[in-house]
Amino acid sequence: MGKAAKRKRKVSVPSTAKGPVKSAMAVVKSNPFEVKVNRQKFDILGRKTKNDVGLPGVSRSKAIKKRNQTLLKEYKEREKTNVFKDKRFGEYNTKITPEEKMIRRFALERQQNYGKKNIYNLNEDEELTHYGQSLAEIEKLNDIVDSDSDTEERGTLSAELTAAHFGGGGGLLRKKVSNEQQDEAEEKPKSRKELLEEMIAKSKQEKQERQTRRESALELTEKLDKDWKEIQTLIAHKTPKSERKDKETEKPKPDEYDMIVRELGFEMKAKPSERLKTEEELAKEEQARLQKLEADRLRRMRGIDEEANKKRPSHMSADDLADGFILDKDDRRLLSYKDGKINIENEEEKEEDEGEEEEEEEGEEEDNENEEESQEESASENEEDDAADSHSDLESDLESEEEAAGNKEEKKHKANENESQNVEKSDLKREAAKSELPYTFSVPESYETLKSLLAGRTIEEQLIILERIQKCNHPSLAVGNKAKLEKLFGFLLEYVGELATLDLPELRTIDKLVLPLYNLCQMFPEAASDSIKFILRDAAHDLEEVIEVKGRATYPGLDTLIYLKIVSLLFPTSDFWHPVVTPAFMYMSQLLTKCRVTTLQDVIKGLFICCLFLEYVSLSRRFVPELINFLLGVLHISLPKKKAQGYTVVHPFTPVGKNLELLLVCDKEDLKSWEKQNVPLSIVTRLKETSRTEINHTRLSCLALCFDLIKKCAALYESLPSFHEIMHPVRILLTQHLPSNMDFCCSRTSSEWYHSALKELENRVKHYTPLICEKKKPVPLKQYTPKIVKVLEFGRKQAGSKKEQERKQLIQRHKRELKGAIREIRKDNQYLARMQLSEIMERDSARKRKVKELLGSLATQEGEWKAMKRNKWKN
Amino acid sequence: MRHRYRDCVGCLGELMGHEAFQVKELALCTLMKFVELEAQYPLIKIEWKGTLTFPCDLLKVVVDGLLPTHEDASLLISRFQEYMEYDDVRYFVMKAVTASVGQVMQKTKERPLPFYQQNVFSLISPINMPNKESEMVKFMVKQDNREELKLSRLQAHKQVFEKMWLTFLKHKLPTGLYKKVLVILHDSVLPYMNEPTLMMDFLTVAYGIGGAISLLALNGLFILIHQHNLEYPDFYKKLYSLLDPSIYHVKYRARFFHLTDLFLSSSHLPAYLVAAFIKRLSRLALTAPPEALLMIIPFICNLFRRHPACRVLVHRPGGPADMSEDPYVMEEEEPSKSRALESSLWEIQSLQNHYHPDVAKAAAVLNQSLSEMEDDISGLLELSASELFDKEVKKKAVDVPLEFEQVRGLFGKKNDIFAEHFSLD
Repeated sequence: MGKAAKRKRKVSVPSTAKGPVKSAMAVVKSNPFEVKVNRQKFDILGRKTKNDVGLPGVSRSKAIKKRNQTLLKEYKEREKTNVFKDKRFGEYNTKITPEEKMIRRFALERQQNYGKKNIYNLNEDEELTHYGQSLAEIEKLNDIVDSDSDTEERGTLSAELTAAHFGGGGGLLRKKVSNEQQDEAEEKPKSRKELLEEMIAKSKQEKQERQTRRESALELTEKLDKDWKEIQTLIAHKTPKSERKDKETEKPKPDEYDMIVRELGFEMKAKPSERLKTEEELAKEEQARLQKLEADRLRRMRGIDEEANKKRPSHMSADDLADGFILDKDDRRLLSYKDGKINIENEEEKEEDEGEEEEEEEGEEEDNENEEESQEESASENEEDDAADSHSDLESDLESEEEAAGNKEEKKHKANENESQNVEKSDLKREAAKSELPYTFSVPESYETLKSLLAGRTIEEQLIILERIQKCNHPSLAVGNKAKLEKLFGFLLEYVGELATLDLPELRTIDKLVLPLYNLCQMFPEAASDSIKFILRDAAHDLEEVIEVKGRATYPGLDTLIYLKIVSLLFPTSDFWHPVVTPAFMYMSQLLTKCRVTTLQDVIKGLFICCLFLEYVSLSRRFVPELINFLLGVLHISLPKKKAQGYTVVHPFTPVGKNLELLLVCDKEDLKSWEKQNVPLSIVTRLKETSRTEINHTRLSCLALCFDLIKKCAALYESLPSFHEIMHPVRILLTQHLPSNMDFCCSRTSSEWYHSALKELENRVKHYTPLICEKKKPVPLKQYTPKIVKVLEFGRKQAGSKKEQERKQLIQRHKRELKGAIREIRKDNQYLARMQLSEIMERDSARKRKVKELLGSLATQEGEWKAMKRNKWKN
Repeated sequence: MRHRYRDCVGCLGELMGHEAFQVKELALCTLMKFVELEAQYPLIKIEWKGTLTFPCDLLKVVVDGLLPTHEDASLLISRFQEYMEYDDVRYFVMKAVTASVGQVMQKTKERPLPFYQQNVFSLISPINMPNKESEMVKFMVKQDNREELKLSRLQAHKQVFEKMWLTFLKHKLPTGLYKKVLVILHDSVLPYMNEPTLMMDFLTVAYGIGGAISLLALNGLFILIHQHNLEYPDFYKKLYSLLDPSIYHVKYRARFFHLTDLFLSSSHLPAYLVAAFIKRLSRLALTAPPEALLMIIPFICNLFRRHPACRVLVHRPGGPADMSEDPYVMEEEEPSKSRALESSLWEIQSLQNHYHPDVAKAAAVLNQSLSEMEDDISGLLELSASELFDKEVKKKAVDVPLEFEQVRGLFGKKNDIFAEHFSLD
């Protein structure tokens, strides 16, 4: 429509100066003399060219016009100081349509006139107008006109009416006449305002049309919907056939066909349903996932392509999978079933909803909650069972022990007291207490709040509290939750540390608290690694200070050991380099080399660290010299004092000194009665056995541990080329010095350990192959053939990173702009020069003209004078 | 009057042994004032112009007071240091100390006196000898005829200094003191001796003792060998035997390896010797902490660069395919018989599996053929474990890989070593 209108206008107003520029352009474009074609040498497919056709005339005239408006004005006003200010509203604002402009102006005017001129004049109302004329006047005039025209023009008006209502020949005739009149009116060159009005009217009409179209479409869809519903009912309820049949019979036949067509059209596309996976498939998927993770781990362990793999997704949690949601879902189900744990990580989405529900309906749906509660309880019980399975025999006597401990130290520690009291309470009471737990927790802002929150609760309750904290404050629920939960990790670590430093370390609690720590760590790896690094740094600095002040160091408390153990649980220890594990390695190495072994507890701590080392490197099989040194030292202090031969112990052990024979057991009775049992970790903080036999038994346990570690080391380092050199001192000690200490070997259990370790050492074959360097790549000769670079996209610079490319682009744009500006300035100057020249020419021609005139007048004067003279002469 | 004065001096000398430090200090200051005054106004008439008017006997009393045989007087001695700035006082104190050491040791019949020796050491170790004669301008007693006096000659000072040290070191020292003496010997003693070679006996004995003392004696010996043409038989053999597992753990590691680097820098050393050193160092590296490993691996690389003949240790293309024993004999004292050149550096290959990433990387360098440039190990010599730790902690990680195995409690991993040996009670 719009296009047609334009064309029409073009015809009616042929390229007048005032007409729209576009039409002029179109005319010019069609004129072959105006067009300049930039010929291209080669046609290249797919290349877009911007400047293949130019209109020099048009662009020149445009430029000149623009200069006339701007530069010329300036030039003319160059020595004038007064300024013309156009204060008309929105005169130069092109965004406002003229109509709007008018309205605004009118509103402004009204605003200015508004407000009574005289406050006492109550009757002075604003004058109402219509089309700028006062309404009162119009009314008056109308009356007059009506009364006047009543007689004369009534006929014509009625004629129109009749034409409209009844058709009739006269009407047509009249119409023609009026049309002719209209044509005449149109033929007149329209003013700009008229044109604009026309345009506005057109656009409005279009709008209206669009609206109606939309409405009709809506109606149609509604109707369709209704139809569909009918059909749906047909499909759904097939039983009441008799009723339907009646209706169907009423309907004509083709409807049935339509119906089928529609049915087919609307039928849901066959969607692949999710088949429930069999156990095997689930297992396979899980295996594949683990394999992928393991491959990742191996790659990191070798540390070959550290750089190349920097782009890897940073967060690699247990449920972070490459292949979509199905696995994710399965994974969730699998974990929750298999482990019998409430795995927050995997059930996030579900949990969220639940949490919200909980928050909303807390008061209303008590029953629901109770159900859930019981579910959770059962889950935690399951978990307990699991733990019981894994630790089988230990778990059973835990409670009784705890009770006993509670009885003893009731007054000693408040938290302890509460706990033990809670333990003492009957199961029923505990249930009641549990049901009292609130369902929403805010994240504790400080360590003290967390402590007070967890104090006096049983392990299970503490776990539930932590779980709920995590659920209620999941990062996706609110903005600040992430930072809060990140802090929670630090607090929890601190709490674990405090539990470990207690007089009677609550290791069982720590054992369970590792779970929330793991989950939080999976959620926020960066924050977790930072807080652990912080702890490690503090510990290392303390150690260093002690060394500087005293010259030697002592072993740290149990809390540090527990932290080191937790590191191995949270992070992969087999990586070639890891932000947390590598510092932990360094710290443990310092502990083993710097700390002096003076007591039995030191030996146990040292062996604990040895175990840690062994666990850290169990997958990567990395070589830890400190470990072997320490084990050798431990064996050394189990020997009776004499000059050591064939091997040398290194720091912190000395071949001679006061701390020898720390592990020496002389009592044969003790040797006989000793049975291998696990070393309780609480020994580290408090050595409670005072009887000689018990101490001797602990010593023997340490030795057994040491033998086992040696055995494991031997298995681990078997593949090292200098395995025999590494193990040489240990072997000498075992074969030559220990047997002389016959006491040890006569005990059955201890000799078992000893022989198994020795066997492991001696069963390795010696195998050496000479080293050969890797072949060096020959350095290529310098050649002068051109370097050929593959060009992927023409006209674009290839090299450089994104940043570099951007920079280049900017530089190029700047260059282009600069060139353009220079060209413009040059053209401006040319234009000005032309203007000046034309001025000068004008002035000159005026002067010439005037001189000519003068000369002419003089000549006529002269002529007249001569004529007069001649006449005189004649006369 | 003189009698009273002598009594007073005697009393003050006794007070030097008082319990309270302030009393001791005051007594010391008074006595020194007496010394100063007596030097200016001598009690005995000067017989001729050139005579020295310094009260040596009085100073002897002071020195004896400073060197009690049964307690540590380091505090008082440090107070006395301000008087040692005077060149004449220093001269006479050195003389007095020499006499005192001789007397006391004679009396005790060579029985070691740890406190006495400790005191002597703390008195004489901070002695700051002048470098040039022109620097000797600070005298307690102004003498008119200074130029002619023995006192003002550096040569004389050096002689006294040398005598004092030799008397002191003639006697058996306790181990701690031995080390301290050796630590300062090359720096503050040897340069001020007229005949540094006189120290040779002492250093040779010290070098023969073994352990840390030998390591420390090495420095003094180096100066003697380097600057005074000392010929030390079997020096390298001795150095070789010094290498035992403790060298990577002792405090003086940096100093030792600095010197070893110097000794092994000569390109005229036979290949078998260098190979033996390389092999022994790397064998010992199997027990070394990471900070020492980070130093010793570039050290070994440097040895390879200096002595290309040793490269067979890392590159032996035509060797026997399979050996059942390392040809190198660790126990052999004589480097030439250790068969090091027949061996290969399997130790470094083992260290490529070291847990510390930097060590593993450094060890992996030997897999490739080495570059020509020597590594600079001066910065690595002083490396400490805490520095290494700090370096690691400060590294920024882009991402933190996590353990994917679900946790099941503190000792819940499968095949957990802890669960076998520790219980959570």
